[in-house]
Amino acid sequence: MSMKRGFGFTRRAAVVALMASVALAGCGSKGDAPSGDAVKAAAAPGGVEKPVLKLGFIKLTDMAPLAIAKEKGFFAEEGLNVTLEPQANWKVLLDGVIGGQLDGAHMLAGQPIAATIGYGTKADLIAPLSLDLNGNAITVSNKVWDMVKPNLPMEGGKPKHPISAAVLQPVVASFKQQGKPFNMGMVFPVSTHNYELRYWLAAGGLNPGFYTPGDVGGTVDADVQLSVTPPPQMPATLEAGTIEGYCVGEPWNQAAVQKKIGVPIITDNEVWHDNPEKVFGLRKDFADKYPGTTAAMLRAIIKAQQWLDADGGKNRAEAVKILSQPNYVGADEKVIAASMTGKFTFEPGDTRDAPGFNIFFDKNAGYPFYSDAIWYLTQMRRWGQIPEDHDDQWYIDQAKAVYRPDLYLAAARGLAEKGVIPADAIPETDGFKPVDNGFMDHIPYDGHKPNAYIQSLKIGLKKGQKVTASGVTGS
Amino acid sequence: MATAFADMEPKEMAQAQSENPVADTATARAASESKAEKAAPPAALGKVQDVIAKFGKGLIAPILGIAAFLAIWAALAPQVDTSLGALPGPLEVAEQGVALYDEWHAANVAKAEFYDAQDARMAAGTQAMAFDYAGPPTFLDQVLTSLKTVALGFILATVFAVPIGLAAGLSPMFNAAINPLVQIMKPVSPLAWLPIVTMVVSATVSSADPMLAKSFVISAIVVMLCSLWPTLINTAIGTASIDKDLLNVGRVLKLGWFAKLTRLVLPSSLPYIFTGMRLSLGVGWMVLIAAEMLAQNPGLGKFVWDEFQNGSSQSLARIMFAVIVIGLIGFLLDRIMMMLQSFANRNHTI
Repeated sequence: MSMKRGFGFTRRAAVVALMASVALAGCGSKGDAPSGDAVKAAAAPGGVEKPVLKLGFIKLTDMAPLAIAKEKGFFAEEGLNVTLEPQANWKVLLDGVIGGQLDGAHMLAGQPIAATIGYGTKADLIAPLSLDLNGNAITVSNKVWDMVKPNLPMEGGKPKHPISAAVLQPVVASFKQQGKPFNMGMVFPVSTHNYELRYWLAAGGLNPGFYTPGDVGGTVDADVQLSVTPPPQMPATLEAGTIEGYCVGEPWNQAAVQKKIGVPIITDNEVWHDNPEKVFGLRKDFADKYPGTTAAMLRAIIKAQQWLDADGGKNRAEAVKILSQPNYVGADEKVIAASMTGKFTFEPGDTRDAPGFNIFFDKNAGYPFYSDAIWYLTQMRRWGQIPEDHDDQWYIDQAKAVYRPDLYLAAARGLAEKGVIPADAIPETDGFKPVDNGFMDHIPYDGHKPNAYIQSLKIGLKKGQKVTASGVTGS
Repeated sequence: MATAFADMEPKEMAQAQSENPVADTATARAASESKAEKAAPPAALGKVQDVIAKFGKGLIAPILGIAAFLAIWAALAPQVDTSLGALPGPLEVAEQGVALYDEWHAANVAKAEFYDAQDARMAAGTQAMAFDYAGPPTFLDQVLTSLKTVALGFILATVFAVPIGLAAGLSPMFNAAINPLVQIMKPVSPLAWLPIVTMVVSATVSSADPMLAKSFVISAIVVMLCSLWPTLINTAIGTASIDKDLLNVGRVLKLGWFAKLTRLVLPSSLPYIFTGMRLSLGVGWMVLIAAEMLAQNPGLGKFVWDEFQNGSSQSLARIMFAVIVIGLIGFLLDRIMMMLQSFANRNHTI
């Protein structure tokens, strides 16, 4: 009796559960079909197929082109209705773009590259536009700064710049003696910051560690242990003593100065002069499906980039005001202004001119050069994120799959024809910058010869070498 | 019949029946105060005594408690020096409450302007389709999103938990079958569910423009997974503890299973079901904030996280304001459920 009754109710429960799950599935599956208006818009050649967009960003000043494009009405001019949504960290942002919750985002240059070559989540992402040059710095804790400052050569009462990571060697050694690891933070395994910090450390003779295939720790053979912390949490993590320094974008270095918890020791512009930084990334299938929308987004962002750099930066003060709103970067205005208005503060009383600290439009900042993508690929190989050797052509093919100057040029030329941007702001190039001598250790970089470049770097994997948990093997 | 859940029965019920501990201590404090008054009997104070007796527990004691808390907060907060400045006191928090209201007001003005400008453009024919205002969500928007999310999660949890609970209460066999699963799933934190739910939802929802945002569905399902257990368990207990005589009468009258369910089982287990639902809603609201923080679903959790990331000099005060609002809403939801519960108790006792 009891058994029979039980089964009756189980069946009923099953039916209810089934109905509920059907209802649940219904939640997410409403029509792909665009509304009538959208279809009409798409009918016009070059029209915007999908005008309602959501773009993601991380709370960093180099998201400025997106905020400006929205606040100054450049998106609206292109017929776009854009929502900008801050993301918790780079992983969440990347998943949002891959999963389709976000139509595009302010991304680390390494993210679309890594996604395309299948390091981390594999997905076809493209970068049709570079958002800015420079904009990062490396900050060390007060404790470390007090240890290195006495040994620094001085120049007019202030430490002489750029400061090599070699000054950290005695500090790292004393940590080692006490049996403590020397920890530093960066924002993501494939972030510009990771490669810049590694470049700076390696140029100063410190090994930042290698990645074994498939791991994201990257601490094999490391003198300095690097770990991931989301940008806005950097100052708090430094203050907590978990890390002794970090490489991050603004305003989080100036925040450390303001809170008197750390001292920026070098800017990325000094590590690699005019290095490419964030990109605007989106899914390849989105750009294929909505070419008109993609072009409209790019035009709006290019206009915003021009606005940011116009007339020697006269608009920067207004930009700072916009970025300090809680829904964008949200840090205090004076903290953001400390790096956005042509100055950079290293410690209280040591504020220096830094006109090139972040560049959004000048120096062809927006053009996505293949050679930039290839540099990131060489660093991925150098530190073991790419576990095997590849020929030069492989590097060039990967770069061409991700970086899409064709899309940039289509948008920029459209603007130049209308006289919105000057025609000479668009470079005549095959996508490769000339041999770059702007690195702090003066090792030249030629984007056509990635393998030769990898061989020329002192610390780093060489041809045929592999990383295992016990160390580097191979000749 | 109730043996399987017997181990958790006292705890769940105790939790449900003690209305709230704060009220209880307040009662105790009020009682001791009035005792002290009685010890000193001047006649002139008679009226005061009456007033205290009348409002002491309901009004004066809570006001005193809150005032004391605010005073301690205001005194201690400036002592704590964070890298964002001193910890904000009640005044700064109230100021940020006003600032958030102003922002809401400003957003409404901007919204009205946006729609006016859009109407003008549409009338002039320069814009083909109407857009929704895409400004940043205000604090109020975040509160509403959170309420919607918790409502969806709670409804889903109830829809799943009540039938399963009924089945478990009526069939000891089924009860024994699901009991280990329930015991294992019950203590799992929302943070552990989140990655799994995220991947499953991302895989199942493939539409480019879904009716409900993925992040919304993800947080709602996490809320459901964490909040369905109290309802399930209480429903099972309520159903299992139905009077045997009633079942025997039902058997004599040869009631079908549906009639038995609606006439006997549901009425007698309804108070338990409502108790469970009340606990579920409380759990759901608590879990929601964590889920929103991680899933980046718009809502109070995301507001708190974004402000934490902002790290501006006002951020801490704004977070504290949000904490107070979260508490007040949780309290309000609990009161609503309590009213429903007492309503169910009054109308459906057998």
